[in-house]
Amino acid sequence: MLNKDKPTMVNIESKKGDSKLVKLWNKNKIALIFLAPWLIGITALGLIPMFASLYLSFTNYDMFNAPIWNGFGNYKELFTSDIRFIQSLKVTFKYVLIGVPLQLLMAFCLALFLNRGVRGLSAFRAIYYVPSLLGPSLAIAILWRQIFGIDGIVNEFLALFGITPNSWISDPSTTLYTLIILLIWQFGSPMVIFLAGLKQIPKDLYESASIDGAGTFVKLFKITIPMLSPIIFFNLVMQLIGAFQAFTPAYIIGGQTGGPLDSTLFYTLYLYIKAFTEFQMGYASAMAWILLLIIAAFTGLLFLLSKKWVHYES
Amino acid sequence: MQKTTPYLSATKFILLVLGALIMLYPLLWMLSSSLKPNTNIFREIGLWPSQVTLENYFSGWKGMSGITFATFFKNSFVVVGLSILGTLISSSMAAYAFARMDFTLKKVLFAIMFGSIMLPHHVVLIPQYILFNNLGWVDTFLPLVVPKFLAIDAFFIFLMVQFIRGIPKELDEAARVDGCGHIRLFIKIILPLMLPAIVTSAIFTFIWTWNDFFSQFIYLSNPKLWTVTLALRGFLDSMGESMWGSMFAMSILSLIPIFLFFIFFQKMLIEGIATTGIK
Repeated sequence: MLNKDKPTMVNIESKKGDSKLVKLWNKNKIALIFLAPWLIGITALGLIPMFASLYLSFTNYDMFNAPIWNGFGNYKELFTSDIRFIQSLKVTFKYVLIGVPLQLLMAFCLALFLNRGVRGLSAFRAIYYVPSLLGPSLAIAILWRQIFGIDGIVNEFLALFGITPNSWISDPSTTLYTLIILLIWQFGSPMVIFLAGLKQIPKDLYESASIDGAGTFVKLFKITIPMLSPIIFFNLVMQLIGAFQAFTPAYIIGGQTGGPLDSTLFYTLYLYIKAFTEFQMGYASAMAWILLLIIAAFTGLLFLLSKKWVHYES
Repeated sequence: MQKTTPYLSATKFILLVLGALIMLYPLLWMLSSSLKPNTNIFREIGLWPSQVTLENYFSGWKGMSGITFATFFKNSFVVVGLSILGTLISSSMAAYAFARMDFTLKKVLFAIMFGSIMLPHHVVLIPQYILFNNLGWVDTFLPLVVPKFLAIDAFFIFLMVQFIRGIPKELDEAARVDGCGHIRLFIKIILPLMLPAIVTSAIFTFIWTWNDFFSQFIYLSNPKLWTVTLALRGFLDSMGESMWGSMFAMSILSLIPIFLFFIFFQKMLIEGIATTGIK
């Protein structure tokens, strides 16, 4: 604890029998200096806004007139009469539930592939990692729109196999898949995490398994996957949380409105439209809280399920 | 380690090269298109431009409504630079308190800090916007920069706490015996020792802020304040589909700072992700 041998100011003052408040102050004043910026931030930009948006979600508010209490009106409207909201849920779930597992599968397979003593490992790791670094930027979203456009390179490539060109970006049945491909393309960062995890697995586990006559698949399912399960779990949670909040690619590729025919109307994009183009701040706050609940439910479910398959070394 | 036959490892190597080409092809295509005359971009198949020109770079750099990309780059660097400074100062201070000090409600506050990492930004977005709007900060850099000085990216606090916990406590105790208080201990001993955590935080703040679109888009509407990202969006709006050459040229330029960061800090970046799991 604090200087046991030397009596400090704190000790002297508290011995005098000051009030509790003074003791509290003396104990915490230095810590308060260190924590001040964060405390101000978490209060003014975190906790208060969080409860303010909860309150706003029960009101109608346009930023110019005072909020009008509306009870559960916004929530009721969202789930019963807002077709675009339901559509945005569908689109987002499809994006997350198809995109994230495929992205992680890709990351996992490549990590396995690279882990087995490949020549030029660091070069490959760097090349595969670059897209996940540049991927979130607007420039890449613009590029993607072009690649999958009617005269883009995807059609050029498919033409080699005699497949008729399609405008993948303006066909409502395919646009979302171009966004999913963009997500998968950024598998580099989970791959690097998997690679680091694979290095931690003791080699003698594999050696003794080989002696027992275990094949590649047995080793994969009995050693690699169980040993890596905490990292698989971590990647899954982080990528899910991130994917639920994706905005930029849908905004650019969907032509700012989630088009064509709302096929790329991501949840956050619809929230943005409600809040900042229609100024329905109360309605958008309700959407924000529903998003929080969805993400919390998913993370909670994953944590519950994790007890069945995630192995932590004791 | 598994023994593989030379034949198998050669196949694997070729597959990996092929995969790398597919991964990089979109980026290389954009680079090559930015060097082609506008009329050739969609006519010419293949990566190698038959005619190389920097014309797209010159015309793109002129920007729009009289504001050149020099301004947009300057704005981006100001926002990014201040964000890094703010994050480093505020996060390292909070991290020191959580890792090395004893104070009332420490566990509760730590839980709040940790919880705020997972919180989706949208839950605080609207009240924050209202607050900044009332302060008259909309259309200034303040809403983008001030929160960083208040350690709003709690992830970095957590990263630094973990790092400080790994520094042996004997060092602190020795300094304490010499009569060193918390403030001097932090500045003279802990800060220099936590340099790797500081560099990692700076790199990721750079990348995240540079790539950020949503906050900049909400808070900055005056073209004079646009960052590179916002200028690209403005380009897309005003040019429509006609000026792809300059669009690609400026997109390439916008990616260069991140790319350079990657080249210089590659080892630290990859170690940073591997040990902390950030993107």
